[in-house]
Amino acid sequence: MNSPYGGPPRPRGVAVVQPRHSADVRPLAVEQPEPPRDPRSVARIRRRRRFHTRQLPYLLILPAVGLEIVIHVVPILVGMWMSLLELTQFHIQDWSTAPFVGLGNYTATLDFTSAAGKDLLHSFGITIVYTTLSVFLSWLFGTAAAVFLQRPFRGRALLRTLFLTPYALPVYAAVITWGFLFQRDTGLVNHVLVDQLGIGAGGDGGDRPFWLIGSNSFWALLVVSVWRMWPFAFLCLMAGLQNVPAELYEAAAIDGAGFWRRLTSVTLPALRPVNQVLLLVLFLWTFNDFNTPYVLFGGSAPREADLISIHIYNNSFSTWDFGTGSAMSVALLLFLLLVTAVYLMLTNRRRDHA
Amino acid sequence: MREGRGEQIARWIVLTFLAAFVLTPLYVMVSSALKPLQDVQDNFTWIPSSLTFQAFIDMWSTVPLGQYLMNSLIVSSAAALFSVAIAVFAAFAISRYRFRGRGLFSVAVLSTQMFPGILFLLPLFLIYVNLGTATGIELYQTRLGLVITYLTFSLPFSIWMLVGYFDSIPRGLDEAAQVDGASPLRTLFTVILPTAVPGIVAVTVYAFMTAWGEVLFASIMTDESSRTLAVGLQAYSTQFQVYWNQVMAASLVVSVPVVAGFLALQRYFVAGLTAGAVK
Repeated sequence: MNSPYGGPPRPRGVAVVQPRHSADVRPLAVEQPEPPRDPRSVARIRRRRRFHTRQLPYLLILPAVGLEIVIHVVPILVGMWMSLLELTQFHIQDWSTAPFVGLGNYTATLDFTSAAGKDLLHSFGITIVYTTLSVFLSWLFGTAAAVFLQRPFRGRALLRTLFLTPYALPVYAAVITWGFLFQRDTGLVNHVLVDQLGIGAGGDGGDRPFWLIGSNSFWALLVVSVWRMWPFAFLCLMAGLQNVPAELYEAAAIDGAGFWRRLTSVTLPALRPVNQVLLLVLFLWTFNDFNTPYVLFGGSAPREADLISIHIYNNSFSTWDFGTGSAMSVALLLFLLLVTAVYLMLTNRRRDHA
Repeated sequence: MREGRGEQIARWIVLTFLAAFVLTPLYVMVSSALKPLQDVQDNFTWIPSSLTFQAFIDMWSTVPLGQYLMNSLIVSSAAALFSVAIAVFAAFAISRYRFRGRGLFSVAVLSTQMFPGILFLLPLFLIYVNLGTATGIELYQTRLGLVITYLTFSLPFSIWMLVGYFDSIPRGLDEAAQVDGASPLRTLFTVILPTAVPGIVAVTVYAFMTAWGEVLFASIMTDESSRTLAVGLQAYSTQFQVYWNQVMAASLVVSVPVVAGFLALQRYFVAGLTAGAVK
């Protein structure tokens, strides 16, 4: 994001007169209508003006920044500290007694020859596949819907409202409903597949497959995830499409470009800035997704759908071993930081060259 | 611009598929809530054998739903109001001033999305517990603790959207107020806020939705008396027998307020996203 923000700081006390519509008009650089004659009050006004331009912005963002620091930054730093301690159930009441183990937790959790390490690696692999599929499908559905709803037709507003509903639904209400759909004996999915279409029998559950345990659970989780996530992609892409100049389409039409040509030569390139942020955010949300598996499987995910967040959660709270749990979380954060940095570097370079 | 025949067919197929995908669970939620108990205990049926509102009556006594609902209402309203109040000032500063560190803002918003919730759940849990024993300020298992936690969740995007709205308000309006001698804060309250009302309402709804739907922290940071719907609704399935018609009725009831609020304000969300995202 090449923002126009934050240029070099201006020299002290120099009032800068800006053109009216510039992006960075300083509100108080505007001259007062009638300068008072008393030199003391001139000094006071100048002091107040300096306060308004120099200190006030910091004061205004202070509550937001302060809260974010207290609730996010401090706990993350504490978490990093915790990952260096042997913080098991015996030491939780009084941290000062927890022995310092350095990188011991990291070597223990990232030792992929041990049983726990293999489990973590398995969970990581599952999460990668889950995230890739979910982000791709969400993006695909979102793009398709946004493109096909671009042109006005009867029922367009209704469809748009319908498509946004899953995003507005509280995650637990949506996932609980899906949990009902996936019930083996009373759910809709088996009713349609087995009773109405006559397929799906002979798997894990005999004549009716299980969806929330065993190997099917991964697909159940994926479906729910896409259902929840794609409306967000749709919302963003729809907003992005509103900024595509209509002249581009007119020009393409004059050149005789068909649907596919317009899509690949006009729409998708115009959406690239939106897609850059959207794909990253979808990736981060899906990779860190905890709510969907937690609600769908009632706390403990089956091995086939053991996403990394729920893996760490169960490891920490079932064994009360917060040291290794923190080590896993920090390792996860480092991985996400790395992916994000590489992604932004690659996409920004491509955009600069384009 | 003419629309080709193939394009029309493709549009019809894609939109029908997506509509069916979205509608199916919604239909099941609504129809099952209206089914008698017998219907949801047997094989699934598309059409209820009879319609009844019994589930909407019974659901209040199977689990203490009223109490969960009250907790969620209090926590989400408080978190939304504080979040928006704080975001308004921050967004005003970012929209109208140049200051050192301002460029960090969009980076900071994105990076908050990166942190796995689980990473600060464990420390925050221990901090709240220890703070309670050390100072007597009870944040663990209280609504206050949830309010503080949740309002920080919605802050980054609330500020992001509000900056977008504020940027779209012509600066000429501010300048006019300042020529009349209004201080910056007075300008904010008398000029900018009245113009940005739809945006502020949209952001409030967003902050409310964030708190209303949060599961991870609610599952650790609440006890029986402070339990919110996010955890409370799952209590139905830990019963000896799951009354799916009541579960669906309860899901429907807790969804309607946020869905209605969101859909009523959808165009402001689109506007806010565009404004924030084109930067």
